[in-house]
Amino acid sequence: MIRFENVTKSYPGTTRPALGDVSVEIQKGEFVFLVGASGSGKSSMLRLILKEEKPTRGQIYVLGKKLSALPNRKVPYFRRSIGVVFQDFRLLPGRTVYDNVAFTLQVIGKSRGFIQEAVPDALKMVGLAGKANRMPHELSGGEQQRVAIARAVVNKPAILLADEPTGNLDPETAQGIMALLERINLGGTTIVMATHAQDVVDRMQRRVIELMTGRIVRDERQGGYVTQALPILPELGGLGAS
Amino acid sequence: MLKEAFAGLSKNASMVVSVVLVTFISLTFVGVAMLLQGQINAMRDYWDDRAQVVITFCSSIDEGGNCIGEAATDEQIAAVRTKLATPPLDAYVESAEYLTSVQVLQNTKEVLGDNPVVSFLTPDLIGASVRVTLDDPAEADVVVESISGFDGVFAVDDTRKFLEPIFGMLNAASAAAIGVAVLMLVAAVLLIGTTIRLSAFSRRRELGIMRLVGASNSFIETPFVLEGVIASLIGSLLAGGALIAIVQFFVKGSLGAELGGTGLLVGVWDAVAVVPVLVGIGVLLAAISASVAIKRYLRV
Repeated sequence: MIRFENVTKSYPGTTRPALGDVSVEIQKGEFVFLVGASGSGKSSMLRLILKEEKPTRGQIYVLGKKLSALPNRKVPYFRRSIGVVFQDFRLLPGRTVYDNVAFTLQVIGKSRGFIQEAVPDALKMVGLAGKANRMPHELSGGEQQRVAIARAVVNKPAILLADEPTGNLDPETAQGIMALLERINLGGTTIVMATHAQDVVDRMQRRVIELMTGRIVRDERQGGYVTQALPILPELGGLGAS
Repeated sequence: MLKEAFAGLSKNASMVVSVVLVTFISLTFVGVAMLLQGQINAMRDYWDDRAQVVITFCSSIDEGGNCIGEAATDEQIAAVRTKLATPPLDAYVESAEYLTSVQVLQNTKEVLGDNPVVSFLTPDLIGASVRVTLDDPAEADVVVESISGFDGVFAVDDTRKFLEPIFGMLNAASAAAIGVAVLMLVAAVLLIGTTIRLSAFSRRRELGIMRLVGASNSFIETPFVLEGVIASLIGSLLAGGALIAIVQFFVKGSLGAELGGTGLLVGVWDAVAVVPVLVGIGVLLAAISASVAIKRYLRV
């Protein structure tokens, strides 16, 4: 589904690469946390998967496609099978909840009939069926993130990338968002989520890939934010210091 | 898409108005330059059809050059006419009309009308002449060169040379109009680019989301290109209107009235024919500069 082969990403003007010789494979249907300090390379990985950036060295395969061989004009079509959610929601402030979700389908040229069916479904799935005509600023942070998730999954993408989706939310609201993501994952969508939220990671007990200064230092099948296998400061595990 | 283009147009109205004005003025100059060229060509065709080489023989008062103070003899005139009618000159000559000094005086009287000068003219003051019509007016020099040296020939003139200053003036005006037009077109292209960039910047949030969810480049690009095209379309239609008005009121109205008879001047239909060209130039330039300007926002 997603495979990195010895991927190095250096940004111009920096000495240390953002990602150094990273190799990892993510299977279909997995729920993967990317954890690590700011600047450890989590966001770079997500941008590379989306082909927003090109790796300096190495190969990336996503959905069976070798990204370096994907011509620029085909990138938009490639992105239609990947949903993205951000910490800051990125909704369009001048459009209603319904229009924000419909926008995705409009810009990729879906028919009016398809949109009228798919958007209410997506809103219902994220639990916002009754708020279709609200404006984003009338909603709470958690609700706004639900709209963003509805927008990301309305086109039934195979992969959902989430860059700190709970970063702006209180722990309880974050819990609701995680339950939603889990449900989406159960539907077969592969989810890759970069996060700092220790409590979230610990509670889910899913695959954890930890990055440190651009290198993978841990890849645990069912891990917490801090590894249980190597008991470093085990008393902090599960305390929820996000 | 059209809706989005108009939304963009109304959002930065002042920039759009300046795009309209700059394309309007630049394309008006383009149109004027084109009509001037058309005018020059029409006049050249007209006068080339009527161009002649006029050979004037000596009269009894002409001295200097080939003249010795007495009228050209019949033999001298016959020598010139024979020269024109035999090879190699006959190849260039379509027809040659001989006018005696009496006939020349008659023509002069007709042209001058009741001008008092006419009463002082007598046939012996005026030389006879031969009016040579050429197959190709551009070959006039050949005739001028061959005949100038003959005895009894006072002057050999290519009538077109009297028109050269007029053509020079028209050419200079046309070149000036083209110069202004090019400068203004450059300004228009840059302004369209800037306007589109501004419009894209004010919608960068939407553009970012569009790129993220996989909107194709042409989908993102089209409203902006349309925006530029609509603005310059308005400008070029205004330019077309201005051009027709200039021809109608200035060329046909005042120039035509002054010169009497408008057969030689460009008409309203010439101006109408230029309008599609102006619209084409305006739309094409706007489309190109808008799509170049928006490319930065399409980079993946």
